[in-house]
Amino acid sequence: MNAVGERTSQNYEILPKTGETGEPIGEFLEVSMGPQHPSTHGVFRMDVVLDGEKVVKLKPVFGYLHRNHEKIAENISYLGSMPYTDRLDYFCSMTNNWAYALAVEKLAGLAVPERAEYIRVIMAELTRLQNHTCLIGFFVQDMGALGTPLMYAFREREKILDLFESVSGARMMCNYMRFGGVRCDVTPDWLVQAKQLVNDYGKFLDEYETLLTENEILLARSQGVGVLSRELAVNASITGPMLRASGVNYDLRKVDRYGIYNRFDFKVPLGEHGDTYDRYMVRILEMRESLKILQQALRDIPSGPVMDPKAKLRGLRPKAGEAYGRIEAPKGELGFYLISDGMANPYRYRVRPPSFINLTILEDMCLGHRIADTVVILGSVDIVLGEVDR
Amino acid sequence: MLGEQIIKGMAVTARNFFGSYVSKERLTTVQYPEERLTPKENTRQFPFLVYDGDDREKGLRCVACQICEKECPPQCIYIVKSKDKKPDYKGQPQLYPATFDIDISVCMSCQICVEVCPFDAIKMDTEFELSTGDRFGGLLLTKDKLAKPNEYYRRIHPTAAAAVDERLAGEKARAEAKAKAAAEAKTAAL
Repeated sequence: MNAVGERTSQNYEILPKTGETGEPIGEFLEVSMGPQHPSTHGVFRMDVVLDGEKVVKLKPVFGYLHRNHEKIAENISYLGSMPYTDRLDYFCSMTNNWAYALAVEKLAGLAVPERAEYIRVIMAELTRLQNHTCLIGFFVQDMGALGTPLMYAFREREKILDLFESVSGARMMCNYMRFGGVRCDVTPDWLVQAKQLVNDYGKFLDEYETLLTENEILLARSQGVGVLSRELAVNASITGPMLRASGVNYDLRKVDRYGIYNRFDFKVPLGEHGDTYDRYMVRILEMRESLKILQQALRDIPSGPVMDPKAKLRGLRPKAGEAYGRIEAPKGELGFYLISDGMANPYRYRVRPPSFINLTILEDMCLGHRIADTVVILGSVDIVLGEVDR
Repeated sequence: MLGEQIIKGMAVTARNFFGSYVSKERLTTVQYPEERLTPKENTRQFPFLVYDGDDREKGLRCVACQICEKECPPQCIYIVKSKDKKPDYKGQPQLYPATFDIDISVCMSCQICVEVCPFDAIKMDTEFELSTGDRFGGLLLTKDKLAKPNEYYRRIHPTAAAAVDERLAGEKARAEAKAKAAAEAKTAAL
């Protein structure tokens, strides 16, 4: 019988530290950070080896939230996977829907009506706004700004989620896009509300920036922390704001020009140093560019149908073949690779999740920094564990 | 000056704090169980079955075609077809579900059953306070719990219900006209 207190569970280990000639000069501490650590944004664990407070080794451990997304999708109809894609990156269900719909549309050869394309752009940019707003809230919370900026972010996010709910029926698990269009049309009233939100959002961003951008604590904690060099970012196939913060001009909205992104006038903000502050700043600037896109899209949206008349909801059986649909999700390149063998369910279904691939270089960014900085660096990567583990 | 921006940030916080006493913009929360927000018209929670008229057995629109059972992504619907037939709203004899269960502990509120239903028989409810201490039976909704009148549907989703009513009325009128024409043709032939 184990008496209480006889054996305390430890989540750390002490490793010997030796000098160059082999003589003992101290100890390393191996700490298992997570899976319930509040800074890990979900169930995610880091095995960190520490020299004092300095990180000398870091191993990300994930898979706690694995739920067989790809295999489930291979066993149900094409339509049936759509609500499951909501649960990948549960902050941005609209963009997940879009990426999957894009892949199936390529596979089945469906065209999307003009109005639906505009609605998709509006939804994707609203998603980007709310994702980046919340991410910055979480990111500064990891630095110790407990609550306040995050609550402001959530207040604004709720307005966007209200818009999502009034059109799709759900706040987060929207399940809104369909192959060949979108599920239901937006009302003129909704467009007025969206315009109102877009016009007010700039004011909120100004306020948010007054609160954060030049804050001395934020500068001290983020500048020069977690530097990701251009070469490493490209070699590790990092995408999204993280890649652009390292100074690589690569945005799928400009490169791939999927949907109707060639019609909008917007810039791609780039960072210079690739540190966490640049990642923060790139996201702020991206939100301002998103507002520009939204203003143009809400101004130009035509009337018309929102579904391809050829598209049918049930019993979609694309011809045998393969397709890769990718979009610039708020976190990076989100791609769906589908192989069809002519049946009602895909033969192969593969997700290229941006936050999983962005997470792979966590060690390279954290080495040499303090353990408190790993939390900030992890926050700046912008991961959602639903997508990392799938 | 070091700390200047922190003070500016504090001013923002103060503005938000004191603003929350006067401005609805800055105080967006409500005290939930006592205060409630009106749900959005399109809000969806869990499915329910629509019935016309007063009799929840006779008026059930579902004809047990099992399309929703097949299409449901998490496979939370269970249907057993009836042996006999009953007349539907057009007067045609149709099967009806002898058993219709939805396990809402599995349901993910995706609305696909509603979209694929050709008979407008299953719709999304807005009821969300369904928590129960019962681990096993409490979240398994059977046919009698699922069946709700069309008036209820009209109340929770007015726009969508009006469109459905119009379409069904049109179909019924067409079916009646056709039956009348057929009857007239029959009498003329005699």
